[in-house]
Amino acid sequence: MQESIIAITILWTFLYIYAMLGSLDFGAGFWGMIYGGKDNSRASLIANRFLSPTWEVTNVFLVLFVVALFSFFPFAASMLGVLFILPIGLGLILLTIRTTFMVFSHSVKRFGRLLQIISGITGLLIPALLVSILPVTLGGFIIMEVDTPNLLYGKLLTSFTTYSHILFGLCTELFLSALFLADYAHASGDKTATATYRKHAIWLGPITIVIAVITLFTLVPEASWFLDNVKANSYGFGMSFILFVLGYLALFLKDSSGNRGLFRYAVVFVILQYGFAIYAYGSAHLPYMIYPHLTANAGFTNPSMFYSLLVAYGVGLTILVPAFIFFWRLFLKDERYLKQD
Amino acid sequence: MDTVMLARALFGTSLGFHIIYATLGVGLPLIIILCEIMHLITKDRHYAVMARRITKGFAILIAVSIASGTIVGVLMSLLWPGFMEIVGQVISLPFQIEIFAFLIEAVFMSIYLYAADRLSPVLRIISIFFVALGAVGSAILITDAHAWMNTPDGFRVVDGQIVDVRPWDAFFNPSFFITAMHVTLSAYMTGAFVIASVAAFKLLKRNKTEEERAYHMKGLILSLILGSTMSLATAINGHETAQMLHEYLPRKLAAAEGLFETQTHAPLAIGGFTDRETQEVKFAIEIPWALSFLAGNSFDTEVKGLNEFPEEDWPPLFIHTLFNVMVGIGTLLLLYSFFLLAWRFLLKKAFKPWMLGALTSGGPLAIIAIEAGWCFSCIGRQPWTITNVLRTTEAATTSEHVGILFFLFLILYVVLLFITSFVMRFYFKRNPVMADLKEV
Ligand code: HDD
Ligand code: HEM
Ligand code: HEM
Repeated sequence: MQESIIAITILWTFLYIYAMLGSLDFGAGFWGMIYGGKDNSRASLIANRFLSPTWEVTNVFLVLFVVALFSFFPFAASMLGVLFILPIGLGLILLTIRTTFMVFSHSVKRFGRLLQIISGITGLLIPALLVSILPVTLGGFIIMEVDTPNLLYGKLLTSFTTYSHILFGLCTELFLSALFLADYAHASGDKTATATYRKHAIWLGPITIVIAVITLFTLVPEASWFLDNVKANSYGFGMSFILFVLGYLALFLKDSSGNRGLFRYAVVFVILQYGFAIYAYGSAHLPYMIYPHLTANAGFTNPSMFYSLLVAYGVGLTILVPAFIFFWRLFLKDERYLKQD
Repeated sequence: MDTVMLARALFGTSLGFHIIYATLGVGLPLIIILCEIMHLITKDRHYAVMARRITKGFAILIAVSIASGTIVGVLMSLLWPGFMEIVGQVISLPFQIEIFAFLIEAVFMSIYLYAADRLSPVLRIISIFFVALGAVGSAILITDAHAWMNTPDGFRVVDGQIVDVRPWDAFFNPSFFITAMHVTLSAYMTGAFVIASVAAFKLLKRNKTEEERAYHMKGLILSLILGSTMSLATAINGHETAQMLHEYLPRKLAAAEGLFETQTHAPLAIGGFTDRETQEVKFAIEIPWALSFLAGNSFDTEVKGLNEFPEEDWPPLFIHTLFNVMVGIGTLLLLYSFFLLAWRFLLKKAFKPWMLGALTSGGPLAIIAIEAGWCFSCIGRQPWTITNVLRTTEAATTSEHVGILFFLFLILYVVLLFITSFVMRFYFKRNPVMADLKEV
């Protein structure tokens, strides 16, 4: 395999991890807000119990993605910088509001609810904003003026495909987080919260799939190259669909004690579903980072840097895996944490 | 303002904001460790309460630190594409490794915050130790990138192409160790003086019980001892940093001191303003021969003057003031903290209210020194982003949206500064020391 392809595969893996963690994180914030009022606070409690120790770790994966992007593909910087500075800048502002207000809401109980609402809503907007970058990379929204690329904001804001991408991002966020929180609540032995999140996962799942398919049909004509590649990768997308069906069915099966929902299986299948879909999407996207102006190869760094980075990742991961296992035990498995009141 | 100016303004402001929280993020964990250790040794529950309360403040600050850090990390990539092209080819290692430092800090911070009641005291100390390690690690690694911008190494430029890349030579560039040391020591110093300020402020209030006073006095002494040690170390190491400038960045040293003519027995100018026309530092106190001694440990060290360099390569001359502010505050805090300790432990006298009153300014002053030091270092590098390799004008983006973003981020930072101080005050008012002391 070419070095630049290895690099983009690693990068894509980081994106996959962040997409999953970010969906859980922002989604949990949103559900925490929805159920944060008086009536159904069990569900909110569960969401916050998950969120409190994990948001920092999730945020690091965002930074990891950005740093890896520019370390592996330094020559992509100028085009990405000029094109996306506005949406990403706005995203950063929202992210800052969401992070700080979420943490503040635990310290200032009197304004806690207000802060929680603001952070819940901004948390919903961030994935939407980030997902709207995807259609741009597929072509049709950029014109080159001499050497500088320009983003056609007017066209982007009036295109149907932008909004179906956004809708897809939102549904994914809510579906994944509802499903995961159902499992988390189940592990905590909280029946009401489990039922609440199971209900949401059940209606959100099919909707997400339908929107994903619709989104493919809304692509602008300039992106037709991508559709051809999608057909060539139909194996990956097909696997993804099968895994979805399996995961969805698991929500209706009974466990040994007769309760509906094999949540752990459902979560694993759905994470794999997204894995297959994201890698299939990624390989359909190649060789372009931004069609047709930038290929992975043109953005790539030099081999000696690349191999040093690989070594750094190897060493870093060996150190961190034990820490992660410890972390997982303390917050996602330890009964004393899960079942506290 | 043109795009380059706006990009500089946006990036400088963002870093200036991040650094306030980031420095405390490095400094406070050390004090928390010390409190935990003191608690383990003395079994005095005051130290346990102290650790817990500082941790709470730290948890609030770290949220802003992480959010603003994410901002600067992403903005750097967006605003300086010309710079990132070279970074990605030569010096991406520290950025990559830094991520692991962030992860260590994040993981152990959550453990320390949310699992403290399930950990034994020793495990608690271990986890806060890793928090401190992660924080100082991220500071050292980002400083590495900064040091490399000052003294680039590990590559050659041939016909505008980067060739012969040696990533580890770039990593261990000439100013790395000395600069990383300076940043670390000054962050510990700042953390200590911030705690000392708070303790002094509390001790000045009249309505405190005996127990509260005892509690705050312990905090004061602990942070004063740490602060004085660290300020001494910072000053000694700062002296070596200045010698590093003399060796590798003579242009910056000349601008810092307003020295125009190359000379031996060069004088040190304190205060005043550098005048470009008359080539002198107006209204300054001059200490004869001192600069030569500072630069090379002997009076006949030859110090290069600005006239050795083409004028378009001069950094802005007001960095003289930034340098003075940093060194001035460093010297002041060093002398004052040793004075207070001597007063207390040699003369065995109680602190007078004016002494405590003066000490309350220690924390803010240290933060000002940090800001001045960084601005000195970054502005003093101008007009280069990578010394003698890449000019700032070549590094900057050409996007036309920088202005509006600058405006929005400025509002964000001002609002956040207010909200964080509000949240801190609100929280600690609601949860007074007495309540914590009773509970433990
Ligand atoms: C509490 C903060 C603080 C204090 C008291 C001092 N410094 Fe400092 N200094 C910093 C905080 C700092 C810093 C913010 O951490 C800098 C900015 C960039 C860097 O590497 O460290 C710095 C940079 C810096 C540089 C420039 C390095 C460069 O541009 O590459 C020099 C020459 C000194 N310092 C020298 C001193 C001396 C002689 C001091 C005497 C007391 C001193 N500093 C006190
Ligand atoms: C020398 C000055 C700096 C110091 C001492 C410093 C220190 C810190 C600290 C202590 C944190 C919190 C880490 C955590 O809890 O995860 C942090 C966060 C961060 N900093 Fe800085 N930083 C500095 C400058 C910079 C610069 C110049 C950049 C980028 C160009 C940067 C990028 C970041 C990022 C991306 C984060 C967020 C990491 C996360 O998501 O956890 N920092 N920094
Ligand atoms: C955290 C404390 C820091 C502060 C307060 C600070 C301040 C500034 C300021 C004021 C500027 C604008 C200079 C000018 O254009 O006149 C600047 C530029 C810059 N700084 Fe720093 N800086 C800090 C740390 C760092 C670090 C650790 C790095 C290294 C990664 C860094 C990288 C840059 C870059 C790339 C620029 C833009 C290019 C240039 O103007 O040379 N800064 N910084």
